[in-house]
Amino acid sequence: MSVVSTSKDTENLTLTIVSELAAPPAAVWRLWSDPRRLERWWGPPTWPATFVDHDLRPGGAARYYMTGPEGDKAGGWWRFVAVDEPRSLEFEDGFSDADGEPDPSMPVTRARVDLEEIDGGTRMSVVSTFASAEELEKLAAMGMVEGMTLAMGQMDAIVAED
Amino acid sequence: MVVRQDGPDTMDDAEVDRIFQALADATRRDVVVRVMREGESVTALARRYAMSFAAVQRHVAVLERAGLVRKERHGREQIVRGDVTTVRAATRLLEEYEEIWRGRVTRMETLLAEPEGEVP
Repeated sequence: MSVVSTSKDTENLTLTIVSELAAPPAAVWRLWSDPRRLERWWGPPTWPATFVDHDLRPGGAARYYMTGPEGDKAGGWWRFVAVDEPRSLEFEDGFSDADGEPDPSMPVTRARVDLEEIDGGTRMSVVSTFASAEELEKLAAMGMVEGMTLAMGQMDAIVAED
Repeated sequence: MVVRQDGPDTMDDAEVDRIFQALADATRRDVVVRVMREGESVTALARRYAMSFAAVQRHVAVLERAGLVRKERHGREQIVRGDVTTVRAATRLLEEYEEIWRGRVTRMETLLAEPEGEVP
């Protein structure tokens, strides 16, 4: 079990997820710093991520898109706020429009990652902070609709096979 | 912080059915995702889908009954917006986000178990 604890703070709208990984911090850091590695875990297998920019330094930006099972694309961006290799990383995470530009009407989440060496492995803590309950609701509602869209798309495909 | 406590955990089967039926149509799914980002008038939606005003109104009514969108009157226009407040309570939302992260951590673990040389 790699996730050792999670805590939800509905007052401050944060989610903390702590996990223990069987590799030193330098190796875990590469999962964040190397876009080719990053895109192998950021998106779910059904919506893999492709990073087109990844400028890992304070003020630097990353851009990515996720590709759905029907070839539909959903874009996102990061802005790195703090980078301290291989100990910590802080960034803002938002949505992009169809042209790959940041979409200001969409919620922005802030994430802070801390890597701590433990007995040959790494304890990684990720704290996600949401700006408001409304933004959190928006995010989850979109996720739900996307999830359902996916499920419905699969149903459409099955029905079409008959 | 104000959160509705009656999230999907307390949804009855009829409500869930209405949501599924509402989202079973491609146009209605598109409308939901669109108006979740930004409100749009029924007229503007009708232009977007090359269908009659009445047809779009019927789709919007189905979504409204499912609690997925709401309509606001602005003068002569009716603006359709995604009604996210009815969808989730904050704890439930954070749980979903937690699931996303659990998936990511599992994938990270798999990658870390591979020999370093495998990823160029």
